[in-house]
Amino acid sequence: MHLEVKDLHVHYGKIEAIKGVSIVVNEGEIVTLIGANGAGKTTMLKTISGLRPASSGQIIFNGQDITSVPAHKRVDLGLSQAPEGRGIFPGMTVLENLEMGKFHRHDRKSEMSEDLEKIYTLFPRLKERTSQAGGTLSGGEQQMLAIGRALMARPKVLLLDEPSMGLAPQMIANIFRIITEINKTGVTILLVEQNAQQALQRAHRAYILETGNVVKEAKASDLLNDPAVREAYLGTGAH
Amino acid sequence: MKNFNLRDFGAGIWERANRPQRVAIAISAIVLASLMPFAGGSFLATPIAAYDAVLVYPVAIFVLMSLGLNIVVGKSGMLDLGYVAFFAIGAYTMGFLGMHTSLNTWEIMPIGIGLAMLAGVLLGIPTLRLRGDYLAIVTLGFGEIIRIVALNVSWTNGPNGISGIPMPPDLGPIKFRLDDQKGFYWIVLVMILLTIWMIRRLSVRRPGRAWEAIRQDEDAAELMGVPTFKYKMWSFTLGAAVGGAAGVLYGSKNLFIAPEMFTLNVSILILACVVFGGIGNIWGVIVGGVVLGYLPDRIRFISDARLLVFGLVLIVVMNFRPDGLLPRKKREKAIVKKGADA
Repeated sequence: MHLEVKDLHVHYGKIEAIKGVSIVVNEGEIVTLIGANGAGKTTMLKTISGLRPASSGQIIFNGQDITSVPAHKRVDLGLSQAPEGRGIFPGMTVLENLEMGKFHRHDRKSEMSEDLEKIYTLFPRLKERTSQAGGTLSGGEQQMLAIGRALMARPKVLLLDEPSMGLAPQMIANIFRIITEINKTGVTILLVEQNAQQALQRAHRAYILETGNVVKEAKASDLLNDPAVREAYLGTGAH
Repeated sequence: MKNFNLRDFGAGIWERANRPQRVAIAISAIVLASLMPFAGGSFLATPIAAYDAVLVYPVAIFVLMSLGLNIVVGKSGMLDLGYVAFFAIGAYTMGFLGMHTSLNTWEIMPIGIGLAMLAGVLLGIPTLRLRGDYLAIVTLGFGEIIRIVALNVSWTNGPNGISGIPMPPDLGPIKFRLDDQKGFYWIVLVMILLTIWMIRRLSVRRPGRAWEAIRQDEDAAELMGVPTFKYKMWSFTLGAAVGGAAGVLYGSKNLFIAPEMFTLNVSILILACVVFGGIGNIWGVIVGGVVLGYLPDRIRFISDARLLVFGLVLIVVMNFRPDGLLPRKKREKAIVKKGADA
């Protein structure tokens, strides 16, 4: 087991956003967390990456309880997140953004060019735009940059928060194809998505989150064919 | 107007220059700045107030404080509205120790800086977890608390203030006299140069990159492994240190300090220097400090209308140059387009 969340509760003030969620992500998997707006998907990721404190429950990563480890130290352990809404540094160039991804590994300068090369192979567009300001990239390029920057930290588990948000269909397909590619290089992925169709096609397993609770857990392919799930998350018109 | 950009023009010259040329530029700038007190006979002369005194306070001390505040506001993006507190702590350290011990200004300087930094840490621990407006309100409150404490405790002599604070002892050929303030000016100039040197060193290293990331997106910075709290604390305490140093020197130059000198107005005025000159760009901030420090004294002859003109200049300039006279590099201002297109 690579990442395990046990009976997690998270509050915003008095409002309970996550009401006792337990999930498991095994090594090498793509696990997706799907659900409607306000189901608590982003809160789950923020709590796993350490941006939000857990009220109770446990987060276990590689056998270590990291529930009270601050976010910047979780990166050291191999947990890396591409934040919601892309969260790139708009005033830094593409290259500077990618270099920030290595902030915590500054003692290993030799890795830099090697990893940059990997990112540029994965996202040739970023190479073309290497000295352009992050804020001037298109939405899809910003998403690529956010994922590339997270990969610079050489994560064992990559957390992706709605990578398809606001992107054109072709770009969405492109991003998901790359997510599968990243997974094949041995990176475990926890993917939060509203675009259930794409997420379920790419993931191995899935959890459905509704108002802070897991209501269903299954193999992704099973959920794709589940009539109730199709009705609620894929739209009846989906083939 | 659109094609000419003074900052890029200056940066271009600097980038094209080789090392000896850069040294030459830097040395000429420093020499020119050092000679400013001798320009009192020219059009620069200030009516009513003595020119050499105006150069020390407000001009040079404003520049120094603006540079310090810019570390906090411009570099790491934290809005501090209580910067005067650190200035006051420095000044009161000078006042109290100068009156009650045999320590001189230069010996008190590190103590004043240390106490200002300590205050920065104590204020920072509970407040640096706050962001934006909340941090602004808390720091504003802190500035007022320091002033009100100074007004009410006995060792500061309350509203009467502390008078007869000793002047600094001479440093070799540099003499400190009230009727000839060149010595004070040169000392503040040295402090300004040290601050610029410190900021430039830090900017190109890890702290600079961490501050830049925090300013642009604090959550993302944390996710990249930047210990954001630690770096915000460093930024805050370095700013406090510069404010404290300015305060010690001010106390020793002014010979008299009282709580009324450390009002919210000072915090706002220093912030105005930073914003007016160009937030985040040290050269802009220096210009801001010089202009806003010098202008009110230059136009003192129009007496009553003086502050009106000063306010008008602020409004007009900020309308035409909302990013300040010498703004930071443009690309840093690019706005993230959230959602839409691919």
